[in-house]
Amino acid sequence: MSKLTLETEGDRIVVVKRRFAAPPEAVYRAHLDPELLQQWCLGPDGWTMPVCINEARPGGKIRYEWSNGKGRAFHLTGEIIELDPPHRIVHVERMHMPDPTPDNHVVTTFTADGAGTLVTMRMTLPDAATRKAMLSTGMDRGMEASYARLERLSGWGDAP
Amino acid sequence: MQAHGSLDATLDATLAALSDPTRRAILARLARGEATVNELAEPFPISQPAISRHIKVLADAGLIVQRVEGTTRPCRLAPQGLSELDEYLAMLRKGLERNYQRLDRLLARQRKDKPS
Repeated sequence: MSKLTLETEGDRIVVVKRRFAAPPEAVYRAHLDPELLQQWCLGPDGWTMPVCINEARPGGKIRYEWSNGKGRAFHLTGEIIELDPPHRIVHVERMHMPDPTPDNHVVTTFTADGAGTLVTMRMTLPDAATRKAMLSTGMDRGMEASYARLERLSGWGDAP
Repeated sequence: MQAHGSLDATLDATLAALSDPTRRAILARLARGEATVNELAEPFPISQPAISRHIKVLADAGLIVQRVEGTTRPCRLAPQGLSELDEYLAMLRKGLERNYQRLDRLLARQRKDKPS
């Protein structure tokens, strides 16, 4: 329906937005129901999610295990903090590769948008350094953009 | 979220090297061109040995290279420096968009099954 956008707020937050052609109830459910999650939340092509636990209640556990069927696997654990169906999911998550990554605090909101839904995923990283490391690359615009962005982030771009 | 399972040592070193504001500033300075250790140390209120340690971390992570010129050792950005991190993050982003395309199809199927 639309391309994903990725923006930053302050120095620890990353915001991802995406529109879907379905009502908030359906999109919200697809983010919590293990049977549905296993059909879409898979990352790159070729990966599956053999284990999907999501105890969809405040305090409930999250555990997703992915496998590429060729011996590569990793998993994510987390906890649900708050649910406000079908508007809002608040949870914390970390990846295990196998060492756990710093906790990522995620607020996902589902806003009616015409006949569809705007999903906004607001990720708060543990500190500015982690997010800066993440954003110091141009993501998809190659090295030159990476370094230009790095320059802006470090404040050097404004130097006389 | 999603990722692939090969967050390897090189990537760890890159992220560790980038996690320090002085080292990011050094990289940003080098993005403008080659500089000697003295030139790099100039804007910072820290000692030259401390800057040299930062330069070593950046060099070990493959982000910069140094050459010998007389008594100075000018530094510049390594051409492949951030490419691995770039590749990894591009893959994460691609994975996220793949997820959402699958979710589009799933939601379309649900709508067909249960017309409302």
